[in-house]
Amino acid sequence: MEIILDKQQLHLTILRLAHQLVENQTDLKEVVFIGLQPRGLPVSKLIVETIQTLFPDEAVNYGVLDITFYRDDVRNELHKATRTDIPFSIEGKKVMLIDDVLYTGRTIRAALDALQDFGRPQKVELCVLVNRRFNRELPIQPDYCGKAIDTLTSQKVKVEWDKEQVILY
Amino acid sequence: MQLSTKHLLGIKNLLPQDISLILSTAAQFKEVLQRPVKKVPSLRDVTIVNLFYESSTRTRISFELAEKRLGADTINFTASGSSVSKGETLLDTVNNILSMKVDMVVMRHSASGAPHFLAKHIPAAIVNAGDGINEHPTQALLDAFSITEKLGGLEGKRVVLIGDIMHSRVALSNIYLLKKMGAEVMVAGPPTLIPKYIHEALDVQVEYNLKKALEWCDVANVLRIQLERQNQVLFSSLREYNLAYGVSKKLLDGLKKEIVIMHPGPINRGVEIDSDVADGSQSIILQQVENGVAVRMAVLYLLAGIKS
Repeated sequence: MEIILDKQQLHLTILRLAHQLVENQTDLKEVVFIGLQPRGLPVSKLIVETIQTLFPDEAVNYGVLDITFYRDDVRNELHKATRTDIPFSIEGKKVMLIDDVLYTGRTIRAALDALQDFGRPQKVELCVLVNRRFNRELPIQPDYCGKAIDTLTSQKVKVEWDKEQVILY
Repeated sequence: MQLSTKHLLGIKNLLPQDISLILSTAAQFKEVLQRPVKKVPSLRDVTIVNLFYESSTRTRISFELAEKRLGADTINFTASGSSVSKGETLLDTVNNILSMKVDMVVMRHSASGAPHFLAKHIPAAIVNAGDGINEHPTQALLDAFSITEKLGGLEGKRVVLIGDIMHSRVALSNIYLLKKMGAEVMVAGPPTLIPKYIHEALDVQVEYNLKKALEWCDVANVLRIQLERQNQVLFSSLREYNLAYGVSKKLLDGLKKEIVIMHPGPINRGVEIDSDVADGSQSIILQQVENGVAVRMAVLYLLAGIKS
């Protein structure tokens, strides 16, 4: 087992991602942040909370998206569906998708599909805490990335929120 | 994570965790149905046939809508106007349809046990949409979903099923489901419409006085008088039935509490339920129909995911 990000690094990374996500935005009202259920929920929440402290007077648009019903492997493996809560229109908005680990890219593919059902965004960007650069199965790359790592297929990456660290095993 | 069964033939052979899984998945599908685009592509590679050997409005439309909202391809079959009138057997009809590469069968049949028979002979997943006087599992699931939505849960809730218990597949499926999920169940109606040993067989309370039954319950599920299944006279007239067992506004206003009124449809207005009750504020009859689509989406989705 190898620690990729320890507690302090994890906090600093989230702080950096939060700043990167907003540094080029002219109007926060035109941006929506969407965390992907279930594993992207904690990281997206922390990032959005950080952004909120940076802009205490602005309402930050934050929603969560469950992509279970959009997966392309329904007939091989069932996943438990969780809550989707996007209480605003994403029509014409800049959507920031937030997830914990980017690996095969299939979850993001499903998320892009799912987003279409909520309107036509002006732009979609992807922010991930960990980017596993090898073994991508689709042409999908992150726009914002906490840490990029090179791993083998046999290895696994896990974000342990209770211990506040990211491990490779 | 998957259902313990390959087919949904009845509630009888489901585990409590299967029921919980279906209901929690249905809640997510209900959210999908509130979106501007009420459709997901989960079953885009699945073909489903709706085999209806018996008439139906709600169930057939609800299943078809559920299938379409999941992105499945659907074909509809009704017995009238088909080769059934030329003498083709059920198994032959189904095998012919399946040879055109159909993955799932949703079936309603007037013979109890017809889907169970089919399940033994064909490889496709089967969903029972009502078989004779046996079971109507998706109706019980949507009733449970509606009660949960309205009252926050099933455990410890008191549900009374009123009316034609003898001929009602909705009643049997509801009893199985509610008992499995920890609710208290009572059946109420005239003695001629309640099976004699139902208390011993299914462990439900029996009450012949409608007012007492309503005073006891949190939810009253009023069942339709199924005249088409009665081959002997079990009560003297519809008017007499209405006077003794019809749920009226006056009866509800006389209770000390507000109870939830349900009905699986189609309603015989002025027989088992009066119009002002069916359309009143305590009634969740139309919510039941709305929830039916989400519940059926959950059932089809979960069954499609089972590896054969």
